Amino acid sequence: MSLVQARGVGRTVELADGSPLEILTGVDLEIAEGDRVSIVGRSGSGKSTLLNLLGLLDLPTAGELHCLGVDVRRTRSGTRDRLRGDGIGFVFQQFNLLPGRTALENVQTPLLYSGGRAFWQRERLAREMLDRVGLGERLDAKPERLSGGEQQRVAIARALVRRPRLILADEPTGALDLETGAEVMQLIESVAAETGAALVTITHDPSIAARSTRHLRLVSGRLEARELEPAGGASTEAGMAAGAAA
Amino acid sequence: MKRAALRVATVFVATVVEAFEELRVHRGRVLLSLIGVAAAVCALATVVGAGAIAEQAGRELQERNGGRPATVSLNAYSTTGPLDVEQAGAAWRDALDRHDVDFASRVGWGGLTVPFADGALTVQAQVVDPDYGVMHRVAVGEGRWFADRDADRLAPALVVNEAFWAKLGRPALATHPVVELIGSERVDAVVVGVTPSQGGWDTQPSMFVLTDAYVGLQPETPDPMMGEFVPAYEMWVPEGVSDELMASMREAFRSGIGEGATVDGWRTDYAAIEGDPYLPLKLTVAGVAVVILLLGALGLVTVSLVTVRTRIREIGIRRSFGASAGRVFFSVLMESVVGTFVAGVVGVGISIALVRSPLMGMALGGARIEDMPGFPVEAALIGIAAAVAVGALAGLVPALAAVRVRVIDAIRF
Repeated sequence: MSLVQARGVGRTVELADGSPLEILTGVDLEIAEGDRVSIVGRSGSGKSTLLNLLGLLDLPTAGELHCLGVDVRRTRSGTRDRLRGDGIGFVFQQFNLLPGRTALENVQTPLLYSGGRAFWQRERLAREMLDRVGLGERLDAKPERLSGGEQQRVAIARALVRRPRLILADEPTGALDLETGAEVMQLIESVAAETGAALVTITHDPSIAARSTRHLRLVSGRLEARELEPAGGASTEAGMAAGAAA
Repeated sequence: MKRAALRVATVFVATVVEAFEELRVHRGRVLLSLIGVAAAVCALATVVGAGAIAEQAGRELQERNGGRPATVSLNAYSTTGPLDVEQAGAAWRDALDRHDVDFASRVGWGGLTVPFADGALTVQAQVVDPDYGVMHRVAVGEGRWFADRDADRLAPALVVNEAFWAKLGRPALATHPVVELIGSERVDAVVVGVTPSQGGWDTQPSMFVLTDAYVGLQPETPDPMMGEFVPAYEMWVPEGVSDELMASMREAFRSGIGEGATVDGWRTDYAAIEGDPYLPLKLTVAGVAVVILLLGALGLVTVSLVTVRTRIREIGIRRSFGASAGRVFFSVLMESVVGTFVAGVVGVGISIALVRSPLMGMALGGARIEDMPGFPVEAALIGIAAAVAVGALAGLVPALAAVRVRVIDAIRF
């Protein structure tokens, strides 16, 4: 089932002097459940803007974008917020754990917005998820007492505790060393595999990108398929061209 | 329907849980910002509460002098010669009976010689009837005020001041201390009560004497300074009918005295003054309270705004979890309102402790307040309501700022 359908999506912003700046142009993309997609690109190529559009944090200024079954440009802000909470999980480069709160409280936070049974069972669900990412013994530790890898695992538990259908990871290993980064990616992939969620990873790291099954590159706001160089066991599979995705 | 209601209830509970979580996590900052609000509310409630006590103190002071509202004073004169005090007294009592006036007193000044151990002294006497004590809030420190039965005593009853009692050697009133009074004749009088000192100026012996007793005792040669004893005739009547009653009483009293009598009348209590005599005090109190509260609110708004700026990333993260703009707005507002409500309760609590403390009472003249007012409920309600209003206002600005946060920028903040 298709989770994301983008047709000719563009995002233009207005600069201070009033002139328009095109950040994304004509992006075509389709992401189905269980997909593993990596997106690479230079700084300023529009990677994060694309991630924000996919995460319903921003709206396109051109084209059609359907996310989780709705046309995002014709959906009210509140509905987009609810869809985002229910169906999308974010993993950030800087972990973005809430300061002053324990690992358990951080993982419980998204469940405050679930508005259903999950809210009342939030502590149990958070414990289970932290246990799943190997932090069952660090429930009461606050972010400042956790290592980088542990913080990212808490962030992963928090992103996945509501069982999202789409996981958006923005440089998830950017603040970690190679070994820890690989462990974290393995964890994200395995948890995503358990729930059948699609995983979209934005990264600069070729080895992280190589773990995906589809490889895309953003060049000056345009999304194109990417061939991977053979490297250390990494996949050399040619990425599907965005336009030919479906 | 039931499911929708359950969902709404869950959202509400979740919002409150979130607000409390925020307060708990940010308790240090919250505490610091709320100290200002609690202090402002405390000051506000204390100013209002102390203002009420000061007003009551002022009221009672005026009532001691001019009588409780409405006190009407009638003065009787005769154009045919000196007025007979006993005849006028009979006419006065008759008029009072016919008008169903419950509280009335003749009031005048006189002097009698008292032979103290260290020498005889002419002591100023305030000549009154028993009701005067209620009408003028006379406070008695030792013993008691006059009772109706005191008028029948062979040995006149006296209520003396502290200086008089000190000259007697402060005898226990239970022993019915006797003092000789020298006027037209020498009689033994019994001290039944002592009024506390009214201040540093109250050093000369003085006393209250009942009118009927004094009339029989008054010196045959009147005091050259004070002249003949001529009492005024006071009555304490309901405020609403005081004018009509005064006119009717004047007429009844005048006709009771007989040919050639003239009776003037006027109100002597503070409430007879046009307008609210305490309006300047009230306005001053209100002005000070508003300034205090504005300063507290300003501090809170400043702290809240600075706080929101430091919490932009956190707000962005919450938005990425699905927190709607409305939810973030309500959450930030709730934090402020819940916090200021607690601060308001604390501030009012401290204010009650301050206002009710003996030190504050004495500072405001509370030591001489007969009907010490309780902590004004309106002061407590105004304090808490002001705190919540300040919380809502102070929360509104950061809440609006929080809603306008661009999620993408916020996460990278």
